[in-house]
Amino acid sequence: MASSNSLMDSLFQRSLEDLIKGLRLGESTFISRSLEEIRREIKLTDLSTKSVALQKLSYLAALHGVDMTWAAFHAVEVVSSSRFAHKRIGYHAIAQSFSDQTPVMLLITNQLRKDLNSSNEHEVSLALECLARIGTDDLARDLTSEVFTLLGSSKALVRKKAIGVVLRVFDKYPDAVKVCFKRLVENLESSDPQLLSAVVGVFCELTAKDPRSYLPLAPEFYKILVDSRNNWVLIKVLKIFAKLASIEPRLAKKVADPVCEHMRKQNVGKSLLFECIRTVFSSLSNQEVALKLAVVKIREFLMDDDPNLKYLGLHALSIVAPKHLWAVLENKEAVVKAMSDEDPNVKLEALHLLMAMVNEDNVTEISRILMNYALKSDPLFCNEIIGSILVACSRDSYEIIVDFDWYVSLLGEMARVPHCQRGKEIEHQLIDIGTRVKDAKLELVRVSRALLIDPALLGNQFLHPILSAAAWASGEYVEFSKSPYEIAEALLQPRTCLLPDSIRAIYIYSAFKVLVFSLGAYFSSQEPTSSPLAQESTSSGPSMVNGFTYNSISSLVNMIELGLCSLSGTIDVEVQERAKNVLGFIGMIKHEIAEKATSQNSETEAHRAIAFMEDVFSEELGPVSSTAQEKVPLPEGLDLNENLEGLQEICREVLEPMAESDYSSDKVSFSVAKLRIRDQEEASSSLPPPLESSSLLAEHRKRHGLYYLSSQKSDDHNDRDGNDNNTSNEYPPANEISVDSFKPKKKISKPRPVVVKLDEGDEPKRKPDASSSNDESLSRAIQTALMGKGKGKEKEKEKERVKENHEMNVDTENIEQSSRREKKNKKNGERSGKRSSRRQRGKEASVTKPVEVPDLLL
Amino acid sequence: KIERSERERGRKMGIRFILMVNKQGQTRLAQYYEWLTLEERRALEGEIVRKCLARNDQQQCSFVEHRNYKIVYRRYASLFFMVGVDDDENELAILEFIHLLVETMDKHFGNVCELDIMFHLEKAHFMLEEMVMNGCIVETSKANILSPIQLMDKAH
Repeated sequence: MASSNSLMDSLFQRSLEDLIKGLRLGESTFISRSLEEIRREIKLTDLSTKSVALQKLSYLAALHGVDMTWAAFHAVEVVSSSRFAHKRIGYHAIAQSFSDQTPVMLLITNQLRKDLNSSNEHEVSLALECLARIGTDDLARDLTSEVFTLLGSSKALVRKKAIGVVLRVFDKYPDAVKVCFKRLVENLESSDPQLLSAVVGVFCELTAKDPRSYLPLAPEFYKILVDSRNNWVLIKVLKIFAKLASIEPRLAKKVADPVCEHMRKQNVGKSLLFECIRTVFSSLSNQEVALKLAVVKIREFLMDDDPNLKYLGLHALSIVAPKHLWAVLENKEAVVKAMSDEDPNVKLEALHLLMAMVNEDNVTEISRILMNYALKSDPLFCNEIIGSILVACSRDSYEIIVDFDWYVSLLGEMARVPHCQRGKEIEHQLIDIGTRVKDAKLELVRVSRALLIDPALLGNQFLHPILSAAAWASGEYVEFSKSPYEIAEALLQPRTCLLPDSIRAIYIYSAFKVLVFSLGAYFSSQEPTSSPLAQESTSSGPSMVNGFTYNSISSLVNMIELGLCSLSGTIDVEVQERAKNVLGFIGMIKHEIAEKATSQNSETEAHRAIAFMEDVFSEELGPVSSTAQEKVPLPEGLDLNENLEGLQEICREVLEPMAESDYSSDKVSFSVAKLRIRDQEEASSSLPPPLESSSLLAEHRKRHGLYYLSSQKSDDHNDRDGNDNNTSNEYPPANEISVDSFKPKKKISKPRPVVVKLDEGDEPKRKPDASSSNDESLSRAIQTALMGKGKGKEKEKEKERVKENHEMNVDTENIEQSSRREKKNKKNGERSGKRSSRRQRGKEASVTKPVEVPDLLL
Repeated sequence: KIERSERERGRKMGIRFILMVNKQGQTRLAQYYEWLTLEERRALEGEIVRKCLARNDQQQCSFVEHRNYKIVYRRYASLFFMVGVDDDENELAILEFIHLLVETMDKHFGNVCELDIMFHLEKAHFMLEEMVMNGCIVETSKANILSPIQLMDKAH
């Protein structure tokens, strides 16, 4: 039976079509059965059977995720067949599955060489295709001469494919340039549109990586720009000029005219028109005529019903916004309309443009309107809005903010938006403003108090970072608070058990700061008078705080003691330690409070302890520059490298995740918070809930019933979607953004508070980009190739072109002199404008060393 | 948004991949111009298909951003044609490229439908190979694309 089975199988091999039909009927087992068949068939010596098996395998690999790397050798075998059909299957399989790791890669070099030299142009094209997909360094090096020959082939099909493969070869083996570049450029001058498409595409990619090296070819590209009627070719050439013109401003002037010509044509294709506009916006924006025309044309895009054109129009505007805001302002109705578009992509672009228009005068109004939009939007867009407000307002150390009181209260409002997930950034800004802007501390404390008191917020894990900041601020700046007792109570309320332990530790510490402050006020207010019970003198700090009577201070101390007692046994070491520290401190001074009422002695142990603690907290915390550590001088005899090398290995895994940016790791930190809450949940659910905490909760609820939901609804601990707060579902209708919002309003009378900035800049220095050595050697090779080319040519064609370029030269000569003068002036002005230039992030890479622009251009 | 310098450091190659997927999410053609492992491809295809299928064709634009590239897509009957490109590409030109591809297949198969692509996958691949090399569009004339294929058909 077994033998006849195999006989049947080999006689009737399933073809690819059978395979496909079979797949349509039923999937998973069919695939594994077919794979078994394929494995058997592919080992047979008959090339036809082998190739069909390989074909089936390729199909399965491409569409059904089957691994085919094990069949690499068989693919090489199939490719060696003389039949074209087999070769095709073999090369296809190779192109699909070979990579740098394939061990049998070496085996195909000779096969490729054979096929590249074949007289059958189709075999040649197969080989070229394959080389383009899988070319390695070795293959590129070994086959360069063949590619060189083919670049000059008489058959257009072959030449075109050879041009197509050049990119890969140059990429992997830069020395190939010396051999092939000349022919490549010759093809640029070809009149065959087929070839032109391919060549221009190649140069487009090459120029994108390294524009400077291809500058000498500008005249050829110019000719194509002016003459060609093929949209595809023109689009590529425009891209090339976009790159070239941004490093060589003289080109911009020259190119502006033909670009305008194209834009003005009657039935210009939308894709070409868009490319023209984009080129103008990105690289020719200093050419007035072109810029104005482009802005007029982009309006057509914005007004069109087609969502594609609308989106692209907005996208193009955002390119030009940094340098020419007027273009955006002219189209503000369209931008505003797009904010309520169906398509989320369009809305996002509109949002970015809106933020680009924000300035000192309109920031409050626009933020107000955007916040209303955010409340009505889906979570994704809501967070985009909040995120972009945060970014715009904090740019350059809050340059745009004049009224910090308003901004701090806005940050507090953001915390109450149901979908808000920007907790980390808001936390950072709250603390940052606290350290930099002295005058905002009062408002900061007020906002923090509101956030801390509300028990509903504790349930929303996304808000925990904000609460952490609020707690820190309340403790650090407690002298600005109206009622320290309230703050302490809020910091120790029962529902704080929902917080992760790290934040809980911050809460306890802030409560400690409040305690120290209050005790200090109490004890210092005792000194001048003899009957403290009767009086309520004001303390020596800012006039907000009332003095403490014996009753009030003892109730504060008792409350803190009670709140912390239950924590002194928690599992988390940080929380336990801090709780015990505070309790210990209280224990030390508690009896003295009562004594204070009767005695006048100011030299008690308690008094000294409190004075000492006050001292500890009295130093102002300011912003720290990122370069501060580098400035600390190393003490003698300390060799950091030697001593810390061993630690590096261990610490690397720990330190690296911390170094990532805030936005992207939002999700990570939330999930960690989630885990911790769950851990706590499990820990607390395994023990019976202590009677004390439930009665505390009931008491708290009685006193602050306003903030709790009605007792019918269950008080869930893990509210994931954060619908725990009291805002009703009906929001007031959002104000429509009117065009008037952008008119400048009258100036606010209150002067802008001082914002502390650090001279060295607040952002960590970015490491310089390490360019790969391959890129450098490629550009060097190209430069030498072009210089060699420019010197020795004597052909007729060259003379004609030189004549044409002379006309260009006459124009550029005059410009050259004036531009040299301009450059000198620019240099002097540049130093003062360094700050503003640093802001423009869209700047191209700076000039390294000047490339010799050959005589053709000058 | 990804930093511009980061983008330029990577090997830009214009078109990164071309996918044809039907409404049920089954891939009918997958052509990649950069090396990705099997798992990466499956994950990528799954994510992109989900994104595109969830969008409303009539009122929303044909461009979607995914990781550090853009996807330009269009639906023809039951098939989604999706092209992953670099940020620098002209999206409208890519839309035209997709249309050109469909027209070319139509000319060859005569009223092309999903089944044609399924059973003649190698022809579809062949057409694509004529049109795109190394991620760049090298041929845009239907006649030029189809002539080698027609020659081969005659030879058989």
